Amino acid sequence: MSLHSTTPQFKDNAHHALHDAQLQKALGNVRNNFVERRASAAARLPEFDALRDSARAIKDHVLAHLDLYLERYEAQVVAQGGKVHFARSAQEACDEIVAICKAHGAKSVTKGKSMVSEEIGLNAAIEAAGMEAVETDLGEYIIQLRGETPSHIIAPAVHLNKEQVEEDFRRVHTHLPIDRDLTQPETLLSEARGILRAKFLGADIGITGANFLVAETGSSIIVTNEGNGDLTQILPRVHIVVASLEKIVPTLDDAAQIMRVLARSATGQDMTVYSTISTGPRRPGDVDGPEHYHVVLVDNGRSRMIGSEFEEMLRCIRCGACMNHCPVYHAVGGHAYGWVYPGPMGAVLTPSLIGVEEGGQLPNASTFCGRCESVCPVHIPLPKLMRHWREREFERHLNPALQRYGLRLWAFIARHELVYRLLTAIAMPILAWLGRKSGRFSHLPLAGGWTQYRDMPAPQGKTFQEQWRAKGGRCS
Amino acid sequence: MSARDEILATIRQALHQGDDATRRAAVEARLRNTPRGIVPARGQGDRGQQVATFVDEAQRVQASVTQVATAQDIPAEIARYLRSQNLPLTARMGSDPRLSALDWSAAQLEITQGRSNGDDLNGISHAFAGIAETGTVCLLSGAANPTTLNFLPDNHIVVLNQSDLVGDLESAWSRLRQLYGKGQLPRTVNLISGPSRSADIEQQLLLGAHGPRRLHIVLVTD
Repeated sequence: MSLHSTTPQFKDNAHHALHDAQLQKALGNVRNNFVERRASAAARLPEFDALRDSARAIKDHVLAHLDLYLERYEAQVVAQGGKVHFARSAQEACDEIVAICKAHGAKSVTKGKSMVSEEIGLNAAIEAAGMEAVETDLGEYIIQLRGETPSHIIAPAVHLNKEQVEEDFRRVHTHLPIDRDLTQPETLLSEARGILRAKFLGADIGITGANFLVAETGSSIIVTNEGNGDLTQILPRVHIVVASLEKIVPTLDDAAQIMRVLARSATGQDMTVYSTISTGPRRPGDVDGPEHYHVVLVDNGRSRMIGSEFEEMLRCIRCGACMNHCPVYHAVGGHAYGWVYPGPMGAVLTPSLIGVEEGGQLPNASTFCGRCESVCPVHIPLPKLMRHWREREFERHLNPALQRYGLRLWAFIARHELVYRLLTAIAMPILAWLGRKSGRFSHLPLAGGWTQYRDMPAPQGKTFQEQWRAKGGRCS
Repeated sequence: MSARDEILATIRQALHQGDDATRRAAVEARLRNTPRGIVPARGQGDRGQQVATFVDEAQRVQASVTQVATAQDIPAEIARYLRSQNLPLTARMGSDPRLSALDWSAAQLEITQGRSNGDDLNGISHAFAGIAETGTVCLLSGAANPTTLNFLPDNHIVVLNQSDLVGDLESAWSRLRQLYGKGQLPRTVNLISGPSRSADIEQQLLLGAHGPRRLHIVLVTD
């Protein structure tokens, strides 16, 4: 049931994205807003970097004790009157959730924003079982109307402009007056608010994700801005939490440490508007809240990452800072990546979850500029992990023959100093002479893929090694 | 093997370092001691500084804050606020005795009690705590302050006693553990920082997405 990927067509996707004028206009909002907002939020908190170290240490501690914390978490949920379901795969997770919905005779399901529910293809499973699944986060609602997937993990509709949203609302909300004004984001928001309010009040089941699962109390925590995640869980009879294993934190204090870096890294807020701690079903004497509380814990390939070279990826708290700062994401947007998780975190996670055969293109979609690692709130060495995937791809003969041949040739030259010196001593003066007029090459034989998008600067004369030797091996 | 057992077995196998007792002891110690990590200096200081920080931070996230001297002043302040926003003098609240004890009719406020079903314009809640660091109010579910009042009304008015103001999230956790016991919580703990918002359309920030369009905090010196 898990979402179908177009990841193997990354190059075509990217090419298409670069020529999509609407998308390029919308991506300007990522480039301009997220980077600046994160920087100013970080600057306003002197303890920000120390908190990043603290968040990383907590995540590492959890991963080293994950089995024990999962057991404790489960026991606490049960003690509070809830139920925990473990799911090995996307299919198992969807089956569990559909079974809970059916057991309660549900017709309508509202959903808060959840990336793992995208990963497991939950909406399709709910609809296939004859129930209505309504996304209630404004961005998610818009892309659900369009039959699209999120293009960003915290701003799912960031690839769209308001004119496109207006078009969708007019197409779907046909019961509203035709001459209504929908030219402004305010009027679009207000229309969605009205429509979704009725959905909230009529839902039988509410499904949310979780930013944290707290072992100390058996609670799930979501952080949101709209309030839709709260209306989703307090109005229906049943609240189902779907979350991946690594969302566990030991205590509320640990959650607080990570909350302090999460929103700052994501949207540049000190804290999201709503941080909600949910524990079990409603208590005796309560006048609202769900009567039943279920947690579906999704593995879907994560337990296999523990102890592997990709374990550090499980520290990820899904803030989106890596993609907000990524020149490749800025250029092509999220859909080009072809599966659920875009940007640098997606380039590492996607091959881990759907296999390097399917997702191997993504670790190559990086300039290795390192901005992602430098802003990651939990210090995930994303370029290093992408490099591991490139190595695996090479070991498994998954890249094209010409590329493999080239890499092998390069490896031979780089490892044989005499050959390297000889070839560069011949090539540099020739290239310098050929490029003496413009100082650059717009075409080079065997490097057409490179010069198609940028010029190659012409060498200035001596090779690096010759200059190094002339300086006696000193830097200045 | 069940999904649960298989997942736990896979993780154990990957983590197996021969010494499970040490790992268990580390987990038990952390859950028992609930160590505080790094607590930002921003929310610290004496009561006066904390009040100032709370008000600043709450206003930064578009909440409005008014300070009153005693609980008796609350109805008049809420009436003033509703008039200033051109809102009718009606509101819904839970059964919190701190609110029920007040003379609402003297301020010409028409009060109804109970959870919200989505047709209330104004809701009034009493906060469990306020957090200076981020201008956040902390509300607990229950008949006293039903969670639906935090989200369904267009305008949410929260009463906060100055004596319930703490510097940071960790101090709020301590108070929760004191009140409910270790490992126990009410069904819902809401930490609310400003009114509902969304920037999902072209990254333009708009207030009042699905929850309240306005958040007004009445800080009682008492």
